[in-house]
Amino acid sequence: MKIVVDMDLCADHGQCVYAAPDVFQLDDNGKLVYKTEADESQRDLVEEAADVCPMQAISIED
Amino acid sequence: MTGAPAQRVVVAGASLGGLRAAEGLRAAGFTGEVVVVGDEPHMPYNRPPLSKEALAGDLAFSALEFRRRKSVDDVTWRLGSAVAEASLGTREVVLTDGSVLPFDGLVVATGLRVRRLTLPAPEGGRYAVRTLEDAVALRADLRPGARVVVIGAGFIGCEVAATAVGLGCEVDVVAPEDVPMQRPLGPEVGAAMRRRHEAHGVRMHLGRLPAVVEARSTGADADPGRVGAVVLDDGTRLPADVVVEALGCVPNTEWLAATGLDIADGVRTDGWMRALDLEGRPRPDVVAVGDVARFPNALFDDVPRRVEHWSIPTDTAKRAAPALVAGLAGADPDPAPFAPMPSFWSDQYGARIQSFGSLGVADTVRVLEGDLDGEFVAGYERGGDLVGVVGVGLMPSLMKLRAEMITALQPR
Repeated sequence: MKIVVDMDLCADHGQCVYAAPDVFQLDDNGKLVYKTEADESQRDLVEEAADVCPMQAISIED
Repeated sequence: MTGAPAQRVVVAGASLGGLRAAEGLRAAGFTGEVVVVGDEPHMPYNRPPLSKEALAGDLAFSALEFRRRKSVDDVTWRLGSAVAEASLGTREVVLTDGSVLPFDGLVVATGLRVRRLTLPAPEGGRYAVRTLEDAVALRADLRPGARVVVIGAGFIGCEVAATAVGLGCEVDVVAPEDVPMQRPLGPEVGAAMRRRHEAHGVRMHLGRLPAVVEARSTGADADPGRVGAVVLDDGTRLPADVVVEALGCVPNTEWLAATGLDIADGVRTDGWMRALDLEGRPRPDVVAVGDVARFPNALFDDVPRRVEHWSIPTDTAKRAAPALVAGLAGADPDPAPFAPMPSFWSDQYGARIQSFGSLGVADTVRVLEGDLDGEFVAGYERGGDLVGVVGVGLMPSLMKLRAEMITALQPR
């Protein structure tokens, strides 16, 4: 599963971090860092992260 | 031989709550027909940018449509017609276009509509901010130098004020409260927010109400159909090219008047988002989601409340959809308590106000870190227990406190 975050849209709300902490994190400066590939077992959590992104910046490419 | 006929769920409301409910029904294994009815002509779209990024022109209005899960590709969208009435006896809703939709299950996701000024006032130059069309129209009038009077100092009023300042407008804010965002944030943090607005040139007229809205009666561009000034209840006259009415919202529940449901302030539900009748009994076939729902949150107490946060439609729909599917099958819903962590944000002047928890149930507010006029974290306590936090900046501290609250407040 390939994960794309539109970093022009991302505003570092961090909601994705609560939903899928193994994939999304905020660094020490509060900026988003994320894995561009995740195991299929993470799909539900990554879908959840995409749902709760206030800027709707996360997309999942199969 | 055939099995039972396919069931139909009607989702009334095609904004975030309606979308998440449709997705939730599919995730819960509902294979029947799902029909989503929405009064706006658009597929579900994201509203928070309407007072911020999109209003400022930093984000295209066309970019606001929500991503939808593939599971809802087979959902029927009935857009441009509202639900006019519902009968739980015959299990039918009637739409404003006259069509009748029978249902087995009903999701109430009709949300809120803006409250408008009740004063007589010209139509031209007056705006609310709830729909895409509202924001597109207001955007066109927020020209540099425009005199903007914002009535209401809640989040929407404050965000529009900040956006208008950023576009070079002159901004007055009028509201009956003592400080902006008083009800959600309380007096101490609200007072600090007032100072931020005033530092950016906004003139705050607090403890005041509009008394008269005058037309543009003089000058080369005189127009009896457009606003020209707002006169306050102390006689102050504020010249206005634009009046923004940010007076809060009311739940869209009139269509449920004949159902016998408790709709005193939104649709009252139990902890599974099942609508309650006037005797307090849950309906197995009707759930409510989003800011139209008045539900208890076991993190805090058993008092049902409407919550107008962006996170709520998603949280409540994920709870409601499996409960409805269980109800339609004659089964009991998941016994786990419903305890979503509330969360909201507001971006003003490049700073983000971020909150977690329930500020409204607190009795004491303390600054835990920083300075209210810079970056800070404020703790909202009830009986000495932390029940909410608000911060500007300091995200690592806020995230840590959020995690601590989840551990400490988790219903036992």
